[in-house]
This record gives sequence, structure tokens and C-alpha cells, in this order.
Amino acid sequence: MNNDYVVKMENITKVFGKVKALDHVEFSLKKGEVHAILGENGAGKSSLMNVLNGIYMPDEGQIEVKGQLVNISSPKIALDLGIGMLPQHYKLVDVFSAMENVTAGSRKTTPFLNKKKILDEMGKLIAQLGMDINPNKKVYEMSVAEKQSLEIFKVLYRGADILILDEPTAVLTPQEIKNLFEIVKKMVATGCSVIIITHKLEEVMEISDRITIMRKGTTIQTVNKEETTPQELAGMMVGDVMELNVPYVAVERGPKALEVKAITAIDRNKVNILDHVSFDLYAGEILGVAGIAGSGQKELCEGIAGLYHLKSGEIIFEGENIVGKDPEKISQMGISLSFVPEDRLGMGLVSSMDIIDNVLLKDYRNKKGMGISRVVSRDKAEALVERLNVSTPAIENHAVSLLSGGNIQKVLLGREIELEPKLLVTAYATRGLDVGSSQIIYELLNEQKVRMKPIMYVGEDLDVLMSLCDRIMVLCEGRVTGIVDPRKTTKEAIGLMMSGVISEGEQACSIS
Amino acid sequence: MLHIVKKDLPKTREKIVVRLSAVVAALAFASIIVLVAGANPIELYIGIVQGCFGSVYRFAATIEKMVPLLVLSLGVMVAFKMRFWNIGAEGQFLMGAVGTTLVVRLLPNLPLPLMLLLMIVVSFAFGAIWLIVPAFFKARFGTNETLFTLMLNYIALTLVTALQYDFWKDPAASGMPKIANLPPNALLPSASGFNLSILMAVIIVLAMYYFMNRSKIGFEIAVLGESENTARYIGINVTKTIIIAALVSGGLCGVVGMMQTTGVSGALSTQITGGLGFTAIIVAWLSGLKVPFVVVNSFAFAVLLQGASYIQTAFQIPGSVAEMIQAIILFFILGSEFVLQYRFVSDKTKSEVA
Repeated sequence: MNNDYVVKMENITKVFGKVKALDHVEFSLKKGEVHAILGENGAGKSSLMNVLNGIYMPDEGQIEVKGQLVNISSPKIALDLGIGMLPQHYKLVDVFSAMENVTAGSRKTTPFLNKKKILDEMGKLIAQLGMDINPNKKVYEMSVAEKQSLEIFKVLYRGADILILDEPTAVLTPQEIKNLFEIVKKMVATGCSVIIITHKLEEVMEISDRITIMRKGTTIQTVNKEETTPQELAGMMVGDVMELNVPYVAVERGPKALEVKAITAIDRNKVNILDHVSFDLYAGEILGVAGIAGSGQKELCEGIAGLYHLKSGEIIFEGENIVGKDPEKISQMGISLSFVPEDRLGMGLVSSMDIIDNVLLKDYRNKKGMGISRVVSRDKAEALVERLNVSTPAIENHAVSLLSGGNIQKVLLGREIELEPKLLVTAYATRGLDVGSSQIIYELLNEQKVRMKPIMYVGEDLDVLMSLCDRIMVLCEGRVTGIVDPRKTTKEAIGLMMSGVISEGEQACSIS
Repeated sequence: MLHIVKKDLPKTREKIVVRLSAVVAALAFASIIVLVAGANPIELYIGIVQGCFGSVYRFAATIEKMVPLLVLSLGVMVAFKMRFWNIGAEGQFLMGAVGTTLVVRLLPNLPLPLMLLLMIVVSFAFGAIWLIVPAFFKARFGTNETLFTLMLNYIALTLVTALQYDFWKDPAASGMPKIANLPPNALLPSASGFNLSILMAVIIVLAMYYFMNRSKIGFEIAVLGESENTARYIGINVTKTIIIAALVSGGLCGVVGMMQTTGVSGALSTQITGGLGFTAIIVAWLSGLKVPFVVVNSFAFAVLLQGASYIQTAFQIPGSVAEMIQAIILFFILGSEFVLQYRFVSDKTKSEVA
């Protein structure tokens, strides 16, 4: 490895609306190195790489590639400069073979395919990298790992020598990860430079030469692997403990309300998205769930609500195992799920309907007969708007999608709380909300806790989790890596657990 | 370079202005064709109005064209509300007509009220089955309902052709391939051109308004159409809701087959639908899947249809010219939807949008 920089990004700033996704970020890549970018969700890792790949245009800053000052305005230009990014979601044509996928859209491709020549070229590159690709295999017959290899190959075949891998290991099994790293090492040996976005510390320590840590849109530091430890990295990733105005309310813990025993679920790729998750939830407590996005939080919430199929395990609620019951039954038993997915309006609310109809969603069954009546829902909607101070021009004929994020959230949570649930599961309740709105949501949750409701709170912001919750359960890749008392632990320790380091206490638990 | 960007929701006033100007522009554009065909456009347009409202008889003809279109549009509206793309109204219409004819062939001597009642029930069932089959496959196996319903149209059409040219061919028609006219005890009663199907349509409109806005199942259909996740989350039985919506949607289209056979054509034939099953898709869509607007738009389309057929005879212009005028108006109105929903931005402001 030498000290030639192939990429130098200086002072990169990118603003979306009011949010600064990137704030004067510095990044450099040496020739022939593997450079890991480490950070929590929303730290700006993907945004930075999208700038380098020409998907976003930076508002400020300059980019040098191989010594030349460049203006990357599209992925095509990026590829001309030798920069290729592996998409997180594969963009392959299922019914095409590997070779057809590689040639489709490549500028090397002539109007009439010279299959023999292409196969020769592909064969050489495949042998060089030691990849396991059969050029004639159709994509729909491939495993996830094969598809990924093909995507990498596609980018390399088109002449990229700077490769960006965005969370490449998330969908792979440990064996496949090993294979991937072998390929990465061979690529580097042939003169490629690789940027790898990840949040898994052990992988970072294994594969990378240098590591850049990002947090909240800024670069914290770039370090050499030899000069750091996982503990130090975790600390830099999560940052110092911030004083927040999130009040913790001390409540004497009540009886056990929910018992989750070793639930397991698989995702589309047949990977365990929940792996023997066990925990208890008590009345009058807020159990926080922390973890990098996609660690199984969504499936856990949906599993409890009966919306996600659980392969095995038991969930005991009011003395009954609710695994396998349909969502309607579970909802009638008093388990309320207010889940806020990425697009906020995905599940709990119908975006094109007004507040009355959204209140009606949970109400309309209570009326006898065939019809529905909006009278009761109207009163409830009015009460909700007044009590939670929802700012809306009207509760009728005004789609909730037109409200601000905070107000939508208030409608959703307010409706769920109004139903007097026996168990409240809430996920990302304050995602995208400003401080004031978040505050109201926290107060609502605390109010429910005082009323001895058991609450599960899935969150992203560790600071909030630590000050709001009684206990925090940490998930990593579908496994519980620890259940801790936030007042007796450090942010750094939780950060480590999020990255897959199992806390000792929990290990003992999971065996028993 | 220009980019196309979705606009905020347009205001009601803007909608009215844009749509009216679309009609005016369409008429202006159509004038060129009218002039080429050798007629005076102004007189011709007045002729259209006279053709629709000039006399009781003509007005009855307009209503007669409106009724099947209205009921078909309400039918596809139910399915569309659920984002279930029922392109098979034609087929359901034909099957309803087949069911109607079957009733008469099996029980030719029933008294009129009983006959009509039985025909309504059977035509509803026939149309419903023609949509429940693809709905079942969609709910169970996730098949594509658009292709499925479209292809069922051709099966229904081929079936009617086979009936007309072979199995049900009228031996008394001296070799003409036609199915026998219905006996008087199977025809809808009518007075000065207005037949009983108008009353049926009124009842259906009121029932559908209740169904879509005030009933549990209508509410569930709307929720399911917006988001299947939400529907599952609040515990809606997705399969059941899809099947019920298909039952209502297909059934209504089937009943139109009964109305047309017994009230207008008097016999089943391959020509009976006149392509209304496809026009209904446009009507339902233009109406924003709302019952009152479906009524208004069906009437507007009926005016176009009746006006076009009147000016052919009154002005001695070819039928194709009348159809072109229709098509131009339609084209402009559909085009105005684009203006209402999207706007163009130049490249410079793109970074802001992205």
C-alpha cells in the first residue's frame, strides 16, 4: 500500500430541506486500501457515498478523484472515473443469465453479442478474483450471495477500480461473509480500492485498513486499524452521553405482563431475523429496544401483534400463548401496536383518509349491524385533537398525510392510547419529529407508565432510550445481546452490544 | 432539460377551470375535422344538444345510453376502490346477458314480475362468478387480475358467439345467425321510451352510495385499497373482503347484461355491450371513484354518445367523424388530468427537489 489518494472529498455538505445530512465531511481513500465507514443509522454514511457515486450533488465542497478535481453529476460519470457502487438492493434481471446481466447496459457491449469473446473475458476476470460465478446461470436460480458476487463482478467488468460496498454483509451467512472478504482481498491485490459501509465492529476489524467514523452527518475521525480497539470505535460511534430533557419517571414495577420465550422467525432470504429472542415485560415499565436498523425490531413488534409469522417460540400474554392467533384476536385481547415504519404512514394510519376515518379504523367494528357511524369517532377525534394539541385545519376531509410528522404521530399514538390497551408496543415513535413534538410523545408514554401499563419502546436514539426506559434490550442480527439497566451501564457498552458483542450477564441467561 | 414533477393537490376551482377549458379546446380542435367533413361546427354542436334534449323521445334515448354506463361504472368503481383492476366489465356484462337468456330458455312461461326478478338474480350471479374466479386466484395465489379479467372477456365473447351461431341459433330466423328475441313476458316495461331499468339504476345508485360511504364492508374495501398492511393490522380478513368486493363489482356488471337484453336489444348478441365495459373504466376513473361524480360523468358520456348518433343522421356526416369528435373530447379531458396533477420544472431547480 502506498500513499496515493485515489479519492479526496473535502468539506462536503448536503442539505435536505432543513436537515443537514452531511456537514463539512472529510473523506479520503488511498490506492489499494479497504476503508470502512462506520456509524449509526442516519450518520450520513450512505449519503456520503451517494455523493461520491453521483446520485446526490453536494451543496458545498469538492471532490478529487485520482488527482483530478471532478464534478460527479451522475452514476455514469462516476463509472467513467472508475467508481462503482454496489446497491443495497440488487438490481438484476431475474430471467437473464449472469452473462446477460453483465453485458446489459455495459458500454463495452456491441450491438450483436459476441458470446464467446465475452465469456472469455468474463472467465479471465472470474478466475483472477476466484469468484464462484457461472455465466450461464439464470439470476432467479441464484442464492443471495451469488447475486451479490454477480453485482460486484458487474461493476468490476465495467471497469471500476474504486468499489463502494453498502452494507454488503447484512444479508449473508458467516460462511458467505468469509467468501466475500476473500474476494475483497483479491480485488485489493489487483489494485482496486474498496470502501465498505458497515456497522459491525468485528468485520471492520477484520477487513479494513483504515476506518472513518461518522456521527450525525459529520466525520468524527479517521483512524488506522492497528491503532484502535473495538471499544474505542464503539465509543466514537455512539458519542458522549447527552443531557436530554426526557424525564424518567420512577414507578414501582408491577406484575409480569408479557413473557416472550425463544421466538424465532425467518425473513425472505431464509435468514434468521429473530433468533431465540426471550424477555419479560412488566406492568408499569418501559422496556426499550435498541439496535441497528434491521436487527429484527420490526419483526419482533409484528410478531407480537400477530402480523409476522413466527417459526417457533411462545409469547405468553394473560396466561395464554398468543403465537399463531390472528391479528384481530390479539388486538381484541388488548395488545396495541403503534408501529411507525420508514414511511411513517405504512401501517397504523391510512394516509389518504381524514382523522375521523382513521379513528374509525379501530372503532367501526364496535357498532352492530352492517353500517358504520362516524358520530362516535367524530367526538373521539375532536377530543384527541384538543387533548394532544394536534394542529390540523380540520378533522374531516383533510387527509392525515397532509399533516406534519409530529401531528401524524400524535394522532396515531393518541388513538392507540384512547383504546386503553393492556399492552402498548410502539416503534420509532419520535422518528423525524422536532424536539417539542417528541417531548409530548415522551410525556404521553410516561403517563401510560404511571397508569401501570406495560410499554415496549423501540427506538433509535440511544440517549433517549437511556433516559426514558427502565430497561433496555439490545438486539443484534435478531439475537438479544443484552438486557441492561440504563442507569447502571454506559452508552459505549450498549454500542458494543449493538455491534454484536454479547454481554456476559445475558449469555448466562440465554443458556438457562 | 425538463422534468415532470407531481403537484400538490389542485383546488376545486382550478379543477373546474382546467376541465372546462379542456372541453372548449377540444371543441375548437374538433371543429377542424368538422369543417373538413363539410359541416358547420357551431350548427353541429347545437345539433348535439338538440339530439340529446330536443324531444322527450331523444332525451329518453340519452337516458337509455346513460343507464348501462352508469351501472357498469359503479361496478368497476367498487373493484378499483380496492386497487383491484377489473378490466373485465365487458365479459361480466356478456355473462349477465347469457344468464338472462338462460332463464327465459329454461322457464319461458313465468309471469313478468317473477321472470324479471329471477333474471336479475341470475344475471347478478353470472357476472359475479366471472369476477370471483380471478379474485379468488388473486387472493390465494397473487395472480395478476388485470390480465386475468381481460382474458375472461374473450372467453365470454367466444361463448356468446358459439351460442349465437350454433347452440342457441334461432331456427325461425331463416339462416341468420341470431338468438331469438325474448318473449313479451321477459321484456322490461317501458313508457314513452323510458324503461324500468332507470328505476333499477336509481336504486343501485342509492345502494352503492350507502355501500361505499356508510357500510362496514365499504370502509374495509377502501382501507384495503389504500394499504394492505393497515388492513391486516386492524384485523380485516383480506381474502373475504376481496371476494365480497368482486361479488358486488362483477354482479353489478352482470345486471347490466340483463337490463340491456330485456330493455334495449331484446335479444342476446355479440354486439350487445358496444364496448361500454371499457368506457366504464374511464368514467369510474374520471369520477375519482366517487358515486355522485360517476352519475354526473355517465350522463356526460351518454350525451356524447347520443349526440354523436344523432348528428350522423341529421347532418349526413359519416359516423367516424362523430366518433372522432367524441375521441377528441375524451383525449383533451384525460390530458387535462395530467396538467392538474403534474408540472414541468427545468433542470436548475432539480437539486432542490431531489
